Amino acid sequence: MALKMVKGNLERMFDKNLTDLVRGIRNNKDNEAKYIAQCIEEIKQELRQDNVSVKSNAVAKLTYLQMCGYDISWAGFNIIEVMSSNRFTCKRIGYLAASQCFHPDSELLMLTTNMIRKDLSSTNQYDAGVALSGLSCFISTDLSRDLANDIMTLMSSTKPYLRMKAVLMMYKVFLRYPEALRPAFPKLKEKLEDPDPSVQSAAVNVICELARKNPKNYLSLAPIFFKLMTTSTNNWMLIKIIKLFGALTPLEPRLGKKLIEPTSAMSLLYECINTVIAVLISISSGMPNHSASIQLCVQKLRILIEDSDQNLKYLGLLAMSKILKTHPKSVQTHKDLILACLDDKDESIRLRALDLLYGMVSKKNLMEIVRRLLGHMERAEGSSYRDELLYKVIEICSQGSYQYVTNFEWYLTVLVELILLESGSRHGRLIAAQLLDVAIRVQAVRTFAVNEMATLLETYPVTAAPNGTMQEVLYAAAWIVGEFATHLDGPERTLGVLLQPKPVAGHIQAVYVQNALKLFAHLVGEAVRNREPSAIDRYCQKLHEGLRAYLSSADIEVQERASSVYFLVALLRESLGAADQTVPLGGLLELAPDAPVVAAEGEEHVPDETTKNATSGYANASWDEIEQIATDLQGLFASELNPVAPKAQRKVQLPEDLDLDEWINQPPPSADASSADGGSSDEDKFPLFLTDGAGRGGAGGERETNGGGGSRSYKRIEYTQEELDKMRQARLLEQTNNPNYLKPAKKKASSTDYQNDGYDDIPIAEIALEVPLQIHSTKRSDKYLMDAERGTRVFVGKGGSSRKGKGEKGGTGKKSKRHGKKNKRYSDESDTESDDPKPLHVVNTVIELPEGAILSDTEDKNNADPNDPHRALDIDLDAPFDDDYPVEMKRKSTNTNHGVMLLRDADGSTNAKATRRAGTTDQCEEQHQSRHRPSSKHAKPDASAVPADGHTREKQKKKKKSSDKEHSAGGKKTADTMMLMIDEEPTSKGGDETKGATKGRTKKEDKMGREEVEEEVDAKGKRKKHSKKSSKHHHHHSKREERDREKAGYEEMPAQAGGNGTGSKDAI
Amino acid sequence: MIKAILVFNNHGKPRLSKFYQYFNEDMQQQIIKETFQLVSKRDDNVCNFLEGGSLIGGSDYKLIYRHYATLYFVFCVDSSESELGILDLIQVFVETLDKCFENVCELDLIFHADAVHHILSELVMGGMVLQTNMSDILARIEEQNKLQKQEAGISAAPARAVSAVKSMNLPQQIKDIKLPDLPQAIKDLKF
Repeated sequence: MALKMVKGNLERMFDKNLTDLVRGIRNNKDNEAKYIAQCIEEIKQELRQDNVSVKSNAVAKLTYLQMCGYDISWAGFNIIEVMSSNRFTCKRIGYLAASQCFHPDSELLMLTTNMIRKDLSSTNQYDAGVALSGLSCFISTDLSRDLANDIMTLMSSTKPYLRMKAVLMMYKVFLRYPEALRPAFPKLKEKLEDPDPSVQSAAVNVICELARKNPKNYLSLAPIFFKLMTTSTNNWMLIKIIKLFGALTPLEPRLGKKLIEPTSAMSLLYECINTVIAVLISISSGMPNHSASIQLCVQKLRILIEDSDQNLKYLGLLAMSKILKTHPKSVQTHKDLILACLDDKDESIRLRALDLLYGMVSKKNLMEIVRRLLGHMERAEGSSYRDELLYKVIEICSQGSYQYVTNFEWYLTVLVELILLESGSRHGRLIAAQLLDVAIRVQAVRTFAVNEMATLLETYPVTAAPNGTMQEVLYAAAWIVGEFATHLDGPERTLGVLLQPKPVAGHIQAVYVQNALKLFAHLVGEAVRNREPSAIDRYCQKLHEGLRAYLSSADIEVQERASSVYFLVALLRESLGAADQTVPLGGLLELAPDAPVVAAEGEEHVPDETTKNATSGYANASWDEIEQIATDLQGLFASELNPVAPKAQRKVQLPEDLDLDEWINQPPPSADASSADGGSSDEDKFPLFLTDGAGRGGAGGERETNGGGGSRSYKRIEYTQEELDKMRQARLLEQTNNPNYLKPAKKKASSTDYQNDGYDDIPIAEIALEVPLQIHSTKRSDKYLMDAERGTRVFVGKGGSSRKGKGEKGGTGKKSKRHGKKNKRYSDESDTESDDPKPLHVVNTVIELPEGAILSDTEDKNNADPNDPHRALDIDLDAPFDDDYPVEMKRKSTNTNHGVMLLRDADGSTNAKATRRAGTTDQCEEQHQSRHRPSSKHAKPDASAVPADGHTREKQKKKKKSSDKEHSAGGKKTADTMMLMIDEEPTSKGGDETKGATKGRTKKEDKMGREEVEEEVDAKGKRKKHSKKSSKHHHHHSKREERDREKAGYEEMPAQAGGNGTGSKDAI
Repeated sequence: MIKAILVFNNHGKPRLSKFYQYFNEDMQQQIIKETFQLVSKRDDNVCNFLEGGSLIGGSDYKLIYRHYATLYFVFCVDSSESELGILDLIQVFVETLDKCFENVCELDLIFHADAVHHILSELVMGGMVLQTNMSDILARIEEQNKLQKQEAGISAAPARAVSAVKSMNLPQQIKDIKLPDLPQAIKDLKF
């Protein structure tokens, strides 16, 4: 035995240790991969041995290899073995390796629960410490739930080292297992006043993180923090506290008044300024008299920006941008400084300055600023920075529906310059959208735009940068020349350009083809008017030849369009040819009634041809036919396109007899229907989706009506007439109560005219133009600037009284969102801004918008990040503490393996808690389910109208389970979250009747929605709370839906006895 | 929250990588590479903050870095961390390394990557700042090292001796001598 030991030691002595490995790698630079492969083989050998020291040595080496980019997850089991060693040295190595390569989804983690628990309760504080450090990197939901109690026990350990680590660890637990927050919170609060400063600091740290996302729940802690702030000397903690106050003050402005003088540390000073800014912003949104303090802040920041320390400069600019959001005027006075920062050699600083520029522009200086940015772009290297510049130029110009752009010819020229300057940019799509937008909405520059685009089409070097998206501009250009062909100077030439196939993407080629047809239609129309049959023939010829290349395109869309155009033209030619053959001599002048004038003009232009035509001639009848064809052809593209708001769709009322939840066709039996008990019978009845054509249509329809629900595994629901009636009534009731729903009465006013196809009804802002003279200078966009300067010089000379800055106040967020208002504002501005340059062109801002919808994209932004764990941590911690939680926790800790089961119980009707408030829980669930159905936007069902009998619920559960499959990824986490939300709310109104509970919930949601909105508003400085609220509201619903669905997978499914088709229904 | 801590040299070779959010190894290497490209092209006299962009997280995240001789220390943090505070933290980290390794240089980090990890774990835990007081940190590290030595005791002596021999400034050939043949011989002796 002893000999064996010796032998083992001797062997170990000659194994490679970590140092040897590193040295070896360094000595084998040429064949590193080979050497490492060999080492990994050795490591595998070592891992097979029994000796833990050998294993830990191997694991230590693996940890190093992991850093070099080698996957070591295969050794996961060995790592756990090393972790479970009794020796601290090995344990440390094991936990380090685990923290580097395990992650919350590692399956191996379930093996670690008991081992980690043992380590946490170890008498050696460093065993527990190492375990906590490792655990903090890979803790999963299951581990959080199972270990929450152990970690909480450590929070009151006698050793400060462990207390500190346990407190920090709790934050990680909260993120994964939000239920732990409530029971742990009192203890956490207690730790704020721990005798040990590092424990205090850790607690502050945790609460800061929690309060950052849900500040309102932590307002009550403000006094404690204030005390800490005045007594502590730990700078790190002070910064955190001040940051925390920054998060709290928007909710409680009084706090801000208490924040006064900073200390000597610069980092502290900076955070103080930041917080003071937050305070001032929150205060001054209510009262306007704080501009003086804002001025003071701005002045302080100016000092920071002027500092020679680049870090302070950067931070100063960063803070400045916060002020800009609410007080653009006070920042504008420091324009010189910010413009100077644009020339800084540091890219970070330049980017920050760019952000600020957004608020700096006015009608007067826009051209100047853009010119500088263009100049920068020429000089700057680094494509990402250039891209950023490009993006900024467009953002600055297009903000507030181009409110600062006075001359759109200038803007178009800038865009074209950008296109030529930045062929590798990834903002091609953006520029294309701008081109289209300007061409459509600014009618006055259309001619200019069209011809500019024609030139661009001709000259753009397609092959310049294959990886950029700049090609997209060709899409816009082709569309513009085709759509507004009447404005073209040389349409035939442009037709030729369109017909030269270029190596561009398929969708662009498709637009080429389509617009070639439009151009052709226009040309033929012209030719008919001019009585030039030969020209028609020529165009046909040209088109036919040009299309040939497209006909053989690999892109199906291009090919299809090309061939339909091809045959269209072939038809035309045929009738032309027919006319040719049948014609006897005929006089031109006897033709159609309007002919003489036009024809005369035509003859003047091209006398030779017309006379020739006249001799070849056409019969009246066939000429009429050609004319007919030409008009028809033009008629295809005749009517004007008007801008439509992205959300205009919402204005279309859902017809009352249209039930989006009803199946149009038979749904497919769900994929896992056979696994559920009642499913098999369904499967017999209905054929599989894809087997018949009708079903196929259903699939598409379903996906569309499914409004983001994403679940495709619904089962067919058959309703009886009564049920349908009942549901309809419920829906109508819900509709009348729902403020977001467009009501039928209003519909008559608003949406009927929309349906009338009322293009003519839309008021269009027409204005008189002053088109500047064409002067060609080297850089085309500069000439507009020169013009403008000349103009203003004259203007300033004349105009005595100048009121400055009137137009600048709308700087950032104040886009006016409703139509009508916009026009008014424009006229207002032109009255008051005698100083600003007059807009030469006016943007057509009349856009159909449904009520309650706004143009800004906030809605989309709000949809972001549904997985933020902080959502679940939004718990009112001051509410009376719920006794159920410790019970639940305890139960779980005693029986960890069944933790999930117990959780599920809470949802069913077995355990004590559930019986106490079974009613409410069920109702809640009902309601959640009701939101689960698709298209929650249009109709909100009144869940209470549906009886909550057991069968129904089971059915629904099953359905949810099937849909859960798709969401199983994030399922666990949010499943628990949902539990919390259900438990938390209805406690007080347990005995309430159904309706009460329902209303309570909606009210609460409303409130939550509003609060979030207010935060939003604070942050963005935008108005229109109400409309936002509504969008938020929707958002909230969908969120719930999702959670519900995820939760469903965690419900224990009782074996279903009578789960077949009878009475199966959804809660619509 | 700190999302990642990276240490690499002037050529982009990683010397320490600690991610507090899971990325697979390829992704980690890519992040290190991209971070290096971002950081290395910056002059020494520009500011120490850098918007990481799409690297980790997105717009809420920043890279805060310091450049010491041959090494870059880069912290990727979100907006809940104070920029200047993190700069201080980097300083604390480096000073602690300096104390632990006595005049730390890149080689120390190369050969004692595990020790560096252990030191770091006393500063930052799971992405949150644990301790900023250097004397406390040093005391903890000292205690743990002592514990490790106690455990190693006599049994580790031979291994230490061998590694000491290997670490001696001998010509490379001797260091690379394939020693494992020897134990094989011992095994075959059949006591």
